[in-house]
Amino acid sequence: MNPQIGLPILIPLLAGAISLVFWRSRSMQRFVAVAGTAGLLLTSLWLLATVNRDGILVLHMGDWPAPFGISLVADLLGAIMVVLTGIIGFAVALFSLATVGRGHEAYGYFPLMHLLLAGVAGAFLTGDIFNLYVWFEVMLVASFALLILGSEKAQMEGAIKYVTLNLVSSVIFLVAVGLLYGMVGTLNMADIARRLATLEDNGMVDVLAMMFMVAFGIKAAAFPLFFWLPASYHTPPVAVSALFAGLLTKVGVYALFRVFTLIFNQSPGYTHEILLWGAGLTMLCGVLGAAAQFEFRRILSFHIVSQIGYMILGLALFTPLAIIGGVFYIMHHIIVKTNLFLVSGIVHRLRGTYQLKSLGGFYRSHPWLAVLFLIPALSLAGMPPLSGFFAKFIVIRAGIEAEAYGVTFIALLVGLLTLYSMIKIWAEVFWKSVPPEGDVDPYPAVDPREMWLMAVPVAGLALCTLFIGLNAEPLYALAEASAGQLLAPDRYIQAVLDHGREVAP
Amino acid sequence: MEPLMAIVIGILFAAAIYMMLRRSIVKLVIGLMLLSNAANLLIFATAGMVRGAPPLVPQGLTAPEGAVADPLPQALVLTAIVIAFGVLSFAVVLVRRAWEIVRADDLDKMKDTDT
Repeated sequence: MNPQIGLPILIPLLAGAISLVFWRSRSMQRFVAVAGTAGLLLTSLWLLATVNRDGILVLHMGDWPAPFGISLVADLLGAIMVVLTGIIGFAVALFSLATVGRGHEAYGYFPLMHLLLAGVAGAFLTGDIFNLYVWFEVMLVASFALLILGSEKAQMEGAIKYVTLNLVSSVIFLVAVGLLYGMVGTLNMADIARRLATLEDNGMVDVLAMMFMVAFGIKAAAFPLFFWLPASYHTPPVAVSALFAGLLTKVGVYALFRVFTLIFNQSPGYTHEILLWGAGLTMLCGVLGAAAQFEFRRILSFHIVSQIGYMILGLALFTPLAIIGGVFYIMHHIIVKTNLFLVSGIVHRLRGTYQLKSLGGFYRSHPWLAVLFLIPALSLAGMPPLSGFFAKFIVIRAGIEAEAYGVTFIALLVGLLTLYSMIKIWAEVFWKSVPPEGDVDPYPAVDPREMWLMAVPVAGLALCTLFIGLNAEPLYALAEASAGQLLAPDRYIQAVLDHGREVAP
Repeated sequence: MEPLMAIVIGILFAAAIYMMLRRSIVKLVIGLMLLSNAANLLIFATAGMVRGAPPLVPQGLTAPEGAVADPLPQALVLTAIVIAFGVLSFAVVLVRRAWEIVRADDLDKMKDTDT
């Protein structure tokens, strides 16, 4: 019995239920938000420690043996993702205490946040493909409601695109699951992998692989399918943006990693080649989109797209080093991107706008904020010794070793353009003097307690970035171990199915 | 039976995509509804259609005899129907709120957040 596999899902669900019970008590909801996410973070660290020590952990729901019941499976990649979910959940919960505001809290911001975290953690831990669909939907419904919290015009317009494209992606995913079940007669991912390996290739496997690629590609915002992201991520309250930016697209990336290492690994010459060019174009389109923007959060949104390209590049090259790079990149990116969104939230709270043109002078007035921006920004661009440097270095080195020079060149170019975007934000928001009209309408002053609540999560995440950068060796070893598990699907299959036989009478 | 179902599912998908490509947001929601129904029917059909053979295990055996209907896709469809119902009711409310706030039924007039 391994309770720590179930706890990262149960704790947010329970915390959500408790905060629904205390619907009218604002202070209780805020307390539960911090306590629940802290609990999630602690249990996820416990899970990672046990998985790192004992190998892949499996928990069969209701003690039904493996291919029949739903199994929760925690391998290293899943455990790492859950830890990241815990970190981001905790940081955003603290940040929301200061920024979300009474109106949004009264309409159930905190219960929805818990539900979203439960959906994300469930998607990372499930070993059943239909169950993965269900967790995706839990996450989506919560994200829909969070996205329109506040009902502003821009939010409505963004939400219609977000909802439509995500529903289309869910339907494609569902259809692919149905067809897969019709072909192999099982839903357990380990069992699917085992049976597909014995199936003679009849072309249908590639069709299904493409359907999964499109479905998860929409969720992950990969190249031709990313348009919903920059249209919607800059519209909700900033804490919601930060949560989405850190976690939602990465669930899609995680699903791509899972499905294309475990299930569809028979014809990498076909599927992974498409992923490779998708990754290159994703990087390029995202960064060019960002270069054209002059709104803080829109720049960051386009950068999510371009960074997704690096992670998919790691998967698409499909060499051990490349997978290590992909996993490392996910670890680095989730923390850095959420941090940048939180910094944009502080800037907005101080001046009341996200437009770069009407911002300025922050280096003079808030030098600590400038430092806190520079750390994740330079990390995103890949400056040594920050976390982004090592992440980019591993991926690009893997690209050169695999002799994929075209895509590697794009990756290097995109790194340079990322630096350009970050410098643009730096110059406009922090370096240049305050524009004359910006002084006319000073925004309401922030009291010190609120400022601390906003600054602490940002500083904490910046420290995480520094920690990853200065302490890259053990984290590289962790990524290496998880890549080893991903590239040897037999271990996953054995852990799930053999464990089931022990339990069976 | 399967060929007929295949044609019906194909028509449903085609109609859904046609509706979603229209500019009106109401038609968009109708398209989403048709799309989820088409997906549900497809899951139902992929496992094969068996008539009059419920998956009952006779006394004394551990597995049903002969060809029986597979109950699992039906359970999947039930789950998917419930999820689609919840999500689509959200979509209907969203479209109504969007119309109240933006005062337009035309997707081409909702481009403020795009560029």
